[in-house]
Amino acid sequence: MEVQERRTYTAVIGLEFHVHLATTTKMFCGCRVTYGEPPNTHTCPVCLGHPGALPVTNEKAVELGVMAGLALNCDVAERVVFARKNYFYPDLPKGYQISQYDEPICTGGHLDVLTSEGRIRVGITRLHLEEDAAKNVHVGTSGRMHGSVGSLIDFNRGGTPLMEIVTEPDIPSPEAARATANQLKEILRAVGVSEADMEKGQLRCDANVSIRNPDGSFGTKTELKNMNSFRFVERGLVRELERQREILESGGRVEQTTLHYDPETDEVHELRSKEYAHDYRYFPEPDLLPLELSPAYVRELGAQLPELPDQMLARFTRQYGLSEYDAGVLTADRDLAAFYEAVAAEVDPKQASNWISGDLRALLNETGMDISDSRVTPGHMIELIELVGSGKVSRSAARTVLGKVFETGDSPSAVVEREGLASVGSDELSGVVDEAISANPDEAERVRNGDKKVVGFLVGQVMKATRGNADGGRVRELLMEKLGS
Amino acid sequence: MISEEQVRHVANLARLGLSDDEIEKMGTQLDAILDSIEKIRELDLADVPPTANPLNLSNVLRSDEPRPELSQEEALSMAPERVDDLFAVPRID
Repeated sequence: MEVQERRTYTAVIGLEFHVHLATTTKMFCGCRVTYGEPPNTHTCPVCLGHPGALPVTNEKAVELGVMAGLALNCDVAERVVFARKNYFYPDLPKGYQISQYDEPICTGGHLDVLTSEGRIRVGITRLHLEEDAAKNVHVGTSGRMHGSVGSLIDFNRGGTPLMEIVTEPDIPSPEAARATANQLKEILRAVGVSEADMEKGQLRCDANVSIRNPDGSFGTKTELKNMNSFRFVERGLVRELERQREILESGGRVEQTTLHYDPETDEVHELRSKEYAHDYRYFPEPDLLPLELSPAYVRELGAQLPELPDQMLARFTRQYGLSEYDAGVLTADRDLAAFYEAVAAEVDPKQASNWISGDLRALLNETGMDISDSRVTPGHMIELIELVGSGKVSRSAARTVLGKVFETGDSPSAVVEREGLASVGSDELSGVVDEAISANPDEAERVRNGDKKVVGFLVGQVMKATRGNADGGRVRELLMEKLGS
Repeated sequence: MISEEQVRHVANLARLGLSDDEIEKMGTQLDAILDSIEKIRELDLADVPPTANPLNLSNVLRSDEPRPELSQEEALSMAPERVDDLFAVPRID
């Protein structure tokens, strides 16, 4: 029998992000950036591409681009030139997109990402500024175009300041890709560069993915387009890697292509390739002047950077004595971190971390909610931890209380009162322990004779009798005391 | 010399429908432009930075403040075809 060598498949993933910058107006004109407004209500000759209209760069967009670059450890260019990227598409009225090409605003950075397999460093190849296209509504033959086949365009989005960020192919797995995307989003939100709300289309993600050849070189890559949630980034990559692996295992070759992931069917589909799609004929935009970014200007913006997730993580370990893992979990979500700090200011920081990164986060994950949507306030969390600390509520009952607070938004003490979840008082508890001993004389005798394993059984009996409203540690102590063991 | 095929390719990229006569004429004119660029290439320009713009200016920026916009009706009055409040244009694949 032939022994087949087991080939190991290593993924090589690079990500490309498009991010709407948090400006009031568009990139090259003074029209407002809006979401969900009636179509074609925020336009002017510049963003409609009327002949003769001239673009002027939004200074805030440049500042945000520099700050994003600094937050991603990039070099900021001293000289930046906008370029025309030429192609025809209905959502692009000028016939070109103003972008940056060989003199982008930032290059050569990195971000550190905590994955389940440890910390990885993902290189940032480049970051550049450009304008977003308008919104394109495709209509088929059955559409409202009276027999013709066409596109319907809303130009409100056209010209929105857009930042493209390209990573190196340093990402080893779909899970790490999702973590990288999350980390980037948190950094952008922390700096205030973008709200990065994927549902509003403020953050979009494409992925390049290949399987490394046995000799270590890169395999043929495919591009996975426009995944509108990080969950789909991960699932789309898993699916695409499976597809590539099946091709390779059956002796085939992966073709370089662009794919779309359909989360409904969990399948990737090839997009029809645009003819001449890559003949963009970039050239310097003659309607705009170069930017010259002085070291003083860059330094000044650097000084305005707020605390970044990495720095916050380091501070959490130092200030609150948390493990790197716990600090990582809490600082991976800026709102959760703020919630934690409000709680940790009032109660034991480690208890606060256990409750928030454990129980509360589990509830959030189960319901798919963000902390900002949740009814639990830092005040609730403080109250709950104090109730446990003072012995008024057992740890296990407190979990139930948190679940109810999460559901209703009522205060923990109100929930304890209503649901009868208060800890059994010490006199009462002593009585319950006595009952458990007399109801289980054999087990009690074995404990007296030094068999400590049976204690757990008796603790269980007491907990059952109190419906979990007793502190397990206290019950054990009482049992040991009474059984003189 | 620019080939006929190259002229057709460039015309197609610019979405220009040219007749055979026009292809030939454009070829001649493009050749003249390329010749001029070749002439510049004969110079030693190693120390000359590329010029993207004849104005000796940089950092012309505007503050992030809203300016007057077109009304929806004004904007849509220039649409080749209109469906509800949207511009209607031929589909491009």
